[in-house]
Amino acid sequence: MSTTETTYLIPEKRVVTTKPRFSDKVFRGVVTGGGLSSLVILGLIFGFLLYQGFDIFKSQGIGFITNSDWDITYDESGYVLSNQFGLASMLIGTILCAFIAVLIAVPISVASALYLSFYAPEWLKKPMVAIIDLMAAFPSLLFGIWAYFILMPSGAYWAKLLNNYLGFLPFFKNELRIFSNSPFVVSLILAIMIIPIITSISREVFAQAPLDRIQAAYALGATRWAMIRAVVIPHGRNGVIGGAMLGLGRAMGETVAVYTVLNIVFTINWQILVGAGGNVASMILLKFGEASAYETKALMAAGLVLFVLTLIVNFFSDLLVRSFGAKGK
Amino acid sequence: MTTTSPFQDIKPQRPWQASTKDRLITFAIFLLSILASVVVVSFTGLSGKLGLFVSFVFVFIFVTSGRSYLQFGSAVAKDSLVNILVAVGTFLTIIPIASILFEVFSKGYKGLYPGLFFQDMSLNSPNDPANVGGLGHAIVGTFLLVSIALIFSVPIGILTALYLTEIKGKFSRPIRFLVQAMSGVPSIVAGLFILSAILYPITKNNSSLLGSLALAILMIPTVARTSEEVLNLIPNDLREAGVALGGTQWRTVAMIVVPAAKSGLLTAVILGIARIAGETAPILLVAGGGDRYNFNPFSGPMGSLPHFIWNSFRAGTPESTARAWTGLLVLLVIVFVLFAIARFFGNRKVGK
Amino acid sequence: MTTENNGDQDNMETTTTPSSLSSVASSSKRKVINTKAMGTGLEARGVHAWFGNHHALADVSLDFAAGTVTALIGPSGCGKSTFIRTLNRMHEFIPTAAMAGQVILDGKDIYDPSIDVTKIRLQIGMVFQKPNPFPSMTIGENVLSGLKLAQLKTENKDDLLEECLVKAGLWNEVKDRLNAHGGSLSGGQQQRLCIARSLAVRPQVLLMDEPCSALDPGSTLRIEETIEELSSSMTIVIVTHNMQQAARVSDYTAFFLSDGGPGQMIEMAPTNEIFARPRDKRTENYVTGRFG
Repeated sequence: MSTTETTYLIPEKRVVTTKPRFSDKVFRGVVTGGGLSSLVILGLIFGFLLYQGFDIFKSQGIGFITNSDWDITYDESGYVLSNQFGLASMLIGTILCAFIAVLIAVPISVASALYLSFYAPEWLKKPMVAIIDLMAAFPSLLFGIWAYFILMPSGAYWAKLLNNYLGFLPFFKNELRIFSNSPFVVSLILAIMIIPIITSISREVFAQAPLDRIQAAYALGATRWAMIRAVVIPHGRNGVIGGAMLGLGRAMGETVAVYTVLNIVFTINWQILVGAGGNVASMILLKFGEASAYETKALMAAGLVLFVLTLIVNFFSDLLVRSFGAKGK
Repeated sequence: MTTTSPFQDIKPQRPWQASTKDRLITFAIFLLSILASVVVVSFTGLSGKLGLFVSFVFVFIFVTSGRSYLQFGSAVAKDSLVNILVAVGTFLTIIPIASILFEVFSKGYKGLYPGLFFQDMSLNSPNDPANVGGLGHAIVGTFLLVSIALIFSVPIGILTALYLTEIKGKFSRPIRFLVQAMSGVPSIVAGLFILSAILYPITKNNSSLLGSLALAILMIPTVARTSEEVLNLIPNDLREAGVALGGTQWRTVAMIVVPAAKSGLLTAVILGIARIAGETAPILLVAGGGDRYNFNPFSGPMGSLPHFIWNSFRAGTPESTARAWTGLLVLLVIVFVLFAIARFFGNRKVGK
Repeated sequence: MTTENNGDQDNMETTTTPSSLSSVASSSKRKVINTKAMGTGLEARGVHAWFGNHHALADVSLDFAAGTVTALIGPSGCGKSTFIRTLNRMHEFIPTAAMAGQVILDGKDIYDPSIDVTKIRLQIGMVFQKPNPFPSMTIGENVLSGLKLAQLKTENKDDLLEECLVKAGLWNEVKDRLNAHGGSLSGGQQQRLCIARSLAVRPQVLLMDEPCSALDPGSTLRIEETIEELSSSMTIVIVTHNMQQAARVSDYTAFFLSDGGPGQMIEMAPTNEIFARPRDKRTENYVTGRFG
C-alpha cells in the first residue's frame, strides 16, 4: 500500500547551552571533585575496614555476627593458637540500648518541639531553642563523665523502682540486685544525648506546617491541640520519624558516653536492669589498648559491621525526611 | 505615631494574653500543687524527688484542666492538659542541661588557677592536687588538631556545598544523602579508618596529624550541610545578575555568592569546630596522648583536652577526678564561646 | 444593639468622619430579613489595631446588621484585612499584635477574658484569600472538619454535609465523589468547599477576606451567587479589592483609607449611595478611580 506521506519539515532542535569557558570548566571540575569527596571517603572507609578485617570475616564466617564469644589464646611466642570472635552480644546490646533510648527520647522531644512551636510564651522561645541547640553541641565525653558520676546513682534508683513494681516482666528482671552500669542507664544517657537532635528536627518540621491551614483550623473554632492534631501532626509525622531514626543512628554509634557507664560482657543480655551489656563501639575502645595485631583485625571487622549498621539506619532516616520534604513543598 | 495623633490616649491592649489575675491564679495553683504533692509524698508510699515530681504533675494537671473544663468545656480542658504535658516534656529536656552545667561549674571551678593554662602534666602524678600541673599542653594539642583538621575539612565541606547549590549536578541527590550518611559515621569508625588506612600501613606511629584527619572526616558533613543551608539563602537574582553582567560562573560564585554568604560560611566552620573540639574516641585511637608540650603535629604523641580529661577521669583518684572536671569546664567554655560566636554571625542577615 | 434597623450609630463618629449615618440607616434595603435565624449581627466599637509599634488601624466603629452583606473596600494597606481579622480574633496570632476597643456579639464583648475564644470563632466563621482545604481529608471530611475540630456532635452528618454543600453551590459537582481528596478540586471549587466547611458549624457571621482574589471570573461569579444565597440566613462581611464585586453583592459598603498614619474607616453607607453619591471627597475619588 503506497501512501503519499505528507512530510513536515521539522526544524532540527537547537540545543541552547552556554559553552563553558575554560575557567568555568576548571571551576566545575574542582567543585564536582569536592562534591564527590564524601562518596570517596565513605568508599575508602568501607574498603580499608574490609581489607583489614577480611581475614576475620573469612575465618569466622557468619558466626562473626551470630556468636557471642570473644576469645583469643596465644602460645609463648605470641602465635595465635585459637580464636573465636562473635559480635552477637555486642550488636544486640547496641541495638537494644539505642532503641530504648529512642523510645524514651521521642515523646520528650516531640513534646518539647510542640511546646516551643505552639505553646511557649514568646520571650521564652529564643533562649530555650538556643540552650537546646547548645546541648546538641556538647561533646560526648561531657555526657559520659556526667552520666558516670551524676546520672548513674539516680538511674540505678529508678531501675530499682522499675524492678520492684514491674520485676515480674522478664525484661525488668534482675536477680543480681545490682543496678549500676546497666543497659538501662546507658539508654538514659543516650536518650539525653539524642533529645536535642530529635527536638530540633521536629521543630523544623512543625515550623513548615502550612500557615493557611493552621489559620483555617483556628477559624473553625479549634483549640491549639485540635489544630495540632488536624494540621501539624499529619503534616510532620514522617519528618519526626526520620528524626527519630537519625537519633537511633547517633545512639548506635556513640562510644565514650557508653564506655564510661556500661559494664561490657560478652553474653547476650535482654534484662536491661542488670549491670551487664554489650556495645560495639565501646567494646572496640575497650579492647583496643591491649589487642594484638590479629585481634585488632577483629576490631576493624567489628567497626565495619557498625559502620554498615549506621549507614542502613541513616538511609531509612534520609528516605523518610526526604519524602516529607517532597510532600511539604 | 506622630505627636499630634488624636489617638494618644488609647493604649494597645492584648486581651488574649493572661491577665495579672489569671497569672496569680495559675501561680496559686502551682504553689497549692507543690503543697499537695508534699502531702501526698508524706502520707503514701511515694518518696523522693521522683515521687514529689510525679505527684506534683498529676495534681497540677488535675486542678488546671478541671478548672478549664468547668469554665470552657472539654475541648479547652484537653488543650490545657496537652499544654502542661508538653511543658513537662520541655522541663525534662532542660533538666539534664541544667544539671550538666551546674555540675561542671561547681566541680570544675576549684581547679582553676593561672598555671593551669601554662603548665603541663609531665612532672605530675594523678595523686597530685588539682592546682598543680596544668593543661597547657592539651590546649596546644587541641589547637593543632583542630587547625589541621580545618585545612582538610573546610575546602572539602564548602566545595560540597557549592556543588549542591551552584552546580546542582546529577549527583546532587546521592551526594546530599552521602553527606547525611557521613554525619552519622560513628566517631570510633573514623578513628579505625585512619588506623587501618594510614597508621598501620604507613606511619606506624601516633601523631596529631592522624588525629586531625579523623576529625576532618567528622567535621566535613557539619561544614557542608550548614554551608549548603547558607548558600541556599542567597537569592537567585544575585547569581543571575552576576551572569547577566557577563561574568563567568566561576567569577560570579567567587566574587558575588561566596562574599554574600561570608558570615554564614564562617558560622558553618565554627559549628564544625564545636563539633570536633571535644571529640574523644578517634583521638584515643590515633593521636596518642602525651602529657608534655609537643608542637610538632607530624610526630610524637600529642595531648589534647579530651585526652587530658579522659586520662584524669580514668586515673580515678579524687584529685585527678577534680582535674577531669576542671578540664571539662575549660572544654565546655570553649564550646560555649564557639557556639556563641556562631550564633552571633548566624543571626546576621545574609548578604549584609 | 440593633437589629435590621441601624438605629444607634452615634458612636460611629470618628475624628475624621463627622458622618450622619443615622440617615443612611433608614434607606431602603434590598431584601426582607428574617432576623430570628441569625442572631443580632455584629458590632465593632472603636477598634484599633497595632503590629508592634505600628498603629495599623484606628478607631473603627461599624455595625453589621443581621442578615446584611457589608463590603469593606479601600486601597492596599488601609487596614481592612486587619480589621476583619479583629472581628473573630484571628488578629492575635501575629506575635506582636495588639488591639483596643470592643467587638460585640450577642451583647457581649468577644475580647472579654471570660469568653472562650474557640466558641467565638465557631459563631464568626472566616473564609480566607487562598482556598485552604485540609489536604489529608476527603471532601466530605473537609466539610465536617469543623465539627471534629471543635468536638461538636451532630445527629445526621449526611444531611448536614448535603445542606452545606448545597448552600455553597458545590453539591452537584461533588456529590458523586465525596470521598475524593479536597486537593483534587479546582481553585474555585476548593474555595466553595472552604465556604461549605465554614457553614457546617452554623456560624451567625461569616467573614470573607478577599475570597475571590485568587480565582478566575467564572468561579468568582459562582461565589458571588453563593454569597447572595447565604445572606438571607447570616451576616456577611467581605473584604474586596474589586469595586464591581462590592457593588454586586453588598447591601452596605465601608470605605477604609490610610493617609500614611493608621488606617481609618472614612465612610459607611448603603452600597448604592456610596457608589452614586459618596459623602466624603476621598471616597468619591476612590470609587471613581481617581486614586488607589
